Amino acid sequence: MRNWLTGLRGLRRYPSLVAGIVVIAMFIGVSIYTVIAIPYSQAIALWRGGPEVTATNPKNAAPVWFDLFTSDKLPRTIIVDSAAGAGTRTEQALGNGTKQVNITLPFQYAYDRFPKDLRLYTQVTNAEDSVSATVSWLTPDGRTIVLQENRSIRGSDVYYISQDEALRAQLSGVAPQVGLLANPQNRSKALEGNYELILTAQVPQAATLDSRLVVYGTVYGLAGTDYRGRDLMVPLLWGAPIAIIFGVLAAVGTGVLTFFLSAIGTWLGGKVDTAFQWITQVNLIIPVLPVLILVGHFYSRSIWTMLGLVIALSIFGSTMLTNRAMFLQAKEAPYIEAAQAYGAKNFRIIFRYLSPRIAPTLLPQFVLIVPTFVFLEATLAVLGLGDPVLPTWGKVLDDAYMEGALYKGYYYWFLEPAILLTILGVGFSLIGYSLDRVFNPRLRSV
Amino acid sequence: MRGTIIRLARMAATRGLFLFLAVVVGVYLTVVIANMGGELDKVRTAQIRERVGLSILLNPVNRQLPPEQLRELVDTEVQNELHRLGMDQPFFPKRSFTYLWNAMTLQLGWAERMTSDAGSRTVQLILVERLPFTLALFGTANLLLFFLTLFIALFLSRRYGSFLDKVTIALAPSSSAPGWFYGLFLILIFAAVFRVLPWGGLVDAPIPSTTLGYGLSVAKHMILPTTAVVMSTFFASIYAWRTFFLIYSSEDYVELARAKGLSSSNVDMRYVLRPTLPPIITNFLLVLITMWMGQIVLETVFQWPGLGRVFYQAIQLSDTPVIIGVIVIFGYLLAVTVFALDFVYAIVDPRVRIGVGGERR
Repeated sequence: MRNWLTGLRGLRRYPSLVAGIVVIAMFIGVSIYTVIAIPYSQAIALWRGGPEVTATNPKNAAPVWFDLFTSDKLPRTIIVDSAAGAGTRTEQALGNGTKQVNITLPFQYAYDRFPKDLRLYTQVTNAEDSVSATVSWLTPDGRTIVLQENRSIRGSDVYYISQDEALRAQLSGVAPQVGLLANPQNRSKALEGNYELILTAQVPQAATLDSRLVVYGTVYGLAGTDYRGRDLMVPLLWGAPIAIIFGVLAAVGTGVLTFFLSAIGTWLGGKVDTAFQWITQVNLIIPVLPVLILVGHFYSRSIWTMLGLVIALSIFGSTMLTNRAMFLQAKEAPYIEAAQAYGAKNFRIIFRYLSPRIAPTLLPQFVLIVPTFVFLEATLAVLGLGDPVLPTWGKVLDDAYMEGALYKGYYYWFLEPAILLTILGVGFSLIGYSLDRVFNPRLRSV
Repeated sequence: MRGTIIRLARMAATRGLFLFLAVVVGVYLTVVIANMGGELDKVRTAQIRERVGLSILLNPVNRQLPPEQLRELVDTEVQNELHRLGMDQPFFPKRSFTYLWNAMTLQLGWAERMTSDAGSRTVQLILVERLPFTLALFGTANLLLFFLTLFIALFLSRRYGSFLDKVTIALAPSSSAPGWFYGLFLILIFAAVFRVLPWGGLVDAPIPSTTLGYGLSVAKHMILPTTAVVMSTFFASIYAWRTFFLIYSSEDYVELARAKGLSSSNVDMRYVLRPTLPPIITNFLLVLITMWMGQIVLETVFQWPGLGRVFYQAIQLSDTPVIIGVIVIFGYLLAVTVFALDFVYAIVDPRVRIGVGGERR
């Protein structure tokens, strides 16, 4: 116990090591939280998207904390659903087996900017023919605007208010989501207050009518949304465990295997060494990324296939050369000669004398190579070869790049995964470089 | 002296053979993967059948033929076409080796779908057209990187513990990100926000009419990708080489040289740089290899018309001849580099004795 404490106290001499460990611990904490809070199947479903998941999410919405940087209040998404009991409903029986349904969907708009989109989802059940409805809009200053008269509704209907060209013309050419909410005194700002949307329809006596108004905001959640309206929080959270697992498994897999293989090869020399060198040279001619791209395109894009392939291709990779160079120098050392002189076996020399001498110098490399693999996953994703189902940071980067996020000014979309990747990479690097100083004391003493 | 030359020649021969075999294995693997182990032939056969079938059906002469005869005609024509393309042979082993032989002898053949910018369908022209751009970008970036980092590292190792040294070391973790990642950040800053440098591509549109204007425009487009490549390894290289220099500059013989009163530049060049050259050269080679792989994404991100982008486009179009062509050229280039490196290694490191390097004493 005391040893541990002194060890920990010793760490204080390396603030960057502590910083690195803190960063990685935070990411591991977030990963554990994520896996528990958003189970795998739910994450996959949320990431796959589709109308049932993203219908009420605005597309390309910035994170809500963008509010802090603007003087204006940015609109959130407002959902008013009569089926959920919002608004008021009056039904009045007419003769001839029909009734007049009047649904009022009120909402309070307290933002300075205009919403992204306005949609009215209406559902009619138990009606054989289409029903005719009138939609009108009531502003806080008492103006009534008729959006559409005699809209025929059958089954479920979506009225894309912002794309209504007739309405646009009626609002003197201004986009409806702007024109309907603009302040008459200052048309560049939205008028705050209580709005109402009124739906009036004549439906058969047995029919039910429900309506849901969605006022899509320009900000959503802590992470914003992408071009399909998916909440970016899901891939940002789930990206952490995937990146860590991929990076660490690949690094450990290749690092440990390469280390011992190069030790054995260098020490035994002769045929084994030649064979290893041969494989390494061949492997260097076959670069990892192109093969990954080839396999990803022609066979499978699963992250586990990629992981296995990365390990298989990297064992006899460039690290083998640097390891070999170090072992070659180390095996010339006098104490190895002494060990041989007293008759130590190959096994003993490799694992008791050679490896411990080189391991400390290479341990930092094990850690330093983790970010390389983390970024490799992102690289594959940017080439369109990311895992087809998993939400990863690389996939977000890929989407952002492909959809021109930088060009269109959706910087958050690119910056969020990029910054997370950077922090994780720097975390591992900090640990690696500090370990380099801990284990290579010559660097300290000079 | 004569013995040394003979040994060198023998080493050159064995190493050359060895590397050539390595290229053969690498290219053969690519041939197999890029043909999906022969599965892609089914797709090609279907495409040929469709093409041949359409051309026969659209020919008015064949309108009168009864269906059986028409089908027979299509079948024979498809067989002829397959025979002409050599596709009636099985993929293993015959055709895969034909691919290999053609690739190794640089008879790269015709692309299946891609064309060069000038409109040619020969793989050779497609690649030759792009090679200068790749070499220009990565040659510039790598030479810049090599000499800058080497001399900055030497400079810092002399000022161990100074403020500048500490700053550089603190920035070393920045190199964990690949070039394209910095590329995106650079695009964000200089193209999206400040709008001072181009988003990507090779030259401005319209293309400048004068040679000077063209050169300047290309240079302007090269700034961001070059910076991205340099940034991605700059501080890590400095760190790695500084470490080597620090270790070697505390050796006794360096102390002795200092004690003798040699000038510090003399000590640096002859006592520190000389023995550290082998690892430096290995390091440089490894950087080159990783660069080769990284350029695929970098060129895609910057829309740079180089080999990496051709490779990526070829894969997306499943254009096997182009894929194999890129890998062959890459393999040969790499083999030549490694071959040259072996000699450089033998020259700069007397401890790696020719012929006995790998054996136990």
